[in-house]
Amino acid sequence: MTAQDLSPAPVLTTSDTPAKTVPAAPGRLARRLRENLVAYLFLLAGIVCFAAFSWYPIVRGVLLGFQQVTFAEPARWVGLDNFRRLFDDPLFLTAWRNTGYFTLLALVFGFAAPFLTAVVLNELRHGRAYLRMTVYLPVMLPPIVTMLLWRWFYDPGPGLFNNALEVFHLPAQQWLESENLAMVSLVLVSTWANMGTTTLIYLAALGGIPGELYEAAELDGASVRRRLWHVTLPQMRFILMITLLLQVIGTMQVFVEPFVLTGGGPDDATVTVLLLLYRYAFVYNDFGLASAMSTLLFVVLGLFSVVYLRLTRTKG
Amino acid sequence: MAAASSSERTLIAPTEMTRRTGRFLYRFVLGSTLLGFTVTFVFPLYWMASGALKSSGELADPNPSLLPKSLHPESYSEAWSSVGLGHYFLNTLVLAFGALFFQLIVDISAAYALSKLRPVLGNVVLGMMLATLMLPVSALLVPTYLTVVDVPLVHLNLINTPWAIWLPAAANAFNIFILKRFFDQIPTELLDSARIDGAGTLRVLVSVVLPLSRPVLAVVSIFAIVGVWKDFLWPMLVLPDPTRRPITVALNALSEDMPANQLLAGMVMASIPLLVLFLVFQRHIIAGLTAGSLKG
Repeated sequence: MTAQDLSPAPVLTTSDTPAKTVPAAPGRLARRLRENLVAYLFLLAGIVCFAAFSWYPIVRGVLLGFQQVTFAEPARWVGLDNFRRLFDDPLFLTAWRNTGYFTLLALVFGFAAPFLTAVVLNELRHGRAYLRMTVYLPVMLPPIVTMLLWRWFYDPGPGLFNNALEVFHLPAQQWLESENLAMVSLVLVSTWANMGTTTLIYLAALGGIPGELYEAAELDGASVRRRLWHVTLPQMRFILMITLLLQVIGTMQVFVEPFVLTGGGPDDATVTVLLLLYRYAFVYNDFGLASAMSTLLFVVLGLFSVVYLRLTRTKG
Repeated sequence: MAAASSSERTLIAPTEMTRRTGRFLYRFVLGSTLLGFTVTFVFPLYWMASGALKSSGELADPNPSLLPKSLHPESYSEAWSSVGLGHYFLNTLVLAFGALFFQLIVDISAAYALSKLRPVLGNVVLGMMLATLMLPVSALLVPTYLTVVDVPLVHLNLINTPWAIWLPAAANAFNIFILKRFFDQIPTELLDSARIDGAGTLRVLVSVVLPLSRPVLAVVSIFAIVGVWKDFLWPMLVLPDPTRRPITVALNALSEDMPANQLLAGMVMASIPLLVLFLVFQRHIIAGLTAGSLKG
């Protein structure tokens, strides 16, 4: 880091001030040097924090996947051993399958619900402030509170949900104890907790659609449904794409829901990638194995990130 | 259609709204949305707060009643003092405001340097900082944890110290991004004239840049506090000592052993500060939300 501020290199500087391209007189060079020193003094704390807690862990994370790490002895290179052990773990495939299933379900619920909600909210001329506030309330709860609250709702005994079903004369459900339903129950919590953010983002984007487009479509005799399909959706395509990607990246890292509500059960039906990674690292203290898992997760999510980056680039 | 700005045109035409069927449909949709939202998003919070007021016996009743049969506000005070949630609540406060302090100091000065002082290779540093936004947090969980256990070069173990929360929180690329973008819009002439009046680099930051940046500082501060307050996995890992836990970790650890009404009271306590913060700073929070996602 310090090497950089010692090399003011006046010929290299960018063209933001034309004066800099003039060969520097000694006094000017000293001033540039001093300015850069001051600037890096302001940057120092940031660089140190990023270096220690972001940049270094990124590099180390990749290396750790190829090492055996315990607290007892120094790290040892083991080649592809960790990855081999990963693929040998029967839970490995289960975890990926479950995560994929969760992501898919989360998109079915979590992608349509906020969009439709936002479209409806955008048409309402009354109570908008109240509705906007309420949909965002769950986002402000600490996730742990949300999970404990829903664990109570899902309780087969005094739980709210089975009581509600009883009112409508529907059979009681084993929300978290049934292999088929457990994952759906997790997705329901997750959607409830997170849909406020996406709804408000969509609402902001809907507000940006020029009214003339709707007027023109109306003059052409387009019904409300056709206007939604031919005006709203194309105008929202970009933001829908972005949130879809961010949502996939977010939901693939699902952890708190299974950790608190099911612990991965019943019968490993809700073991997710991150839950398994947590077990490897912090239950078995096998940091090498966990890092191999993070590397894989990183590669998979990285592919989505690349798409995201390209999308935002092409727009800017 | 009196209240809101009725001039703005949306999906449904104003003329369609004024027809009789349109008006009826509008009232129906409005009514069911208001009811649906209240039941879905407000009622669970009511259920939590009122559940805390019920007696243990009533809570175990398989047929719960909408209103508590008898009020037991003492579960709040018991949760606060005898279970010790008050202590964990204070832990959370220390962690959140410490993180706020370090995030502001570190990120403001970095963004100021990158935006206004523009040193050589500044754009490279900015690029490397922003690149971390693209990385999934969970992929860095293990290596960051091992770094906190043994910080490179200085070989300090930050486990069970608040630094394990504060320092990684300060490396916040999102903050630097929105702060820098805001600072970029402040005219350089303003800074230059302050400098001609004899103000130093720090002086310019404190008395010219910061007073102009109140809206963005509000956004950054709110998100800093909310982020640390809500966090669960990271503090659970780096603060294993039960006396140092924040309230989120404590609630999860104690959830099996606490009486249900006291647990609910604790959950309410952990939520109230954030809900109040939201109700007061709604505008800022929503502004920050859209700023972060749309990337201007």
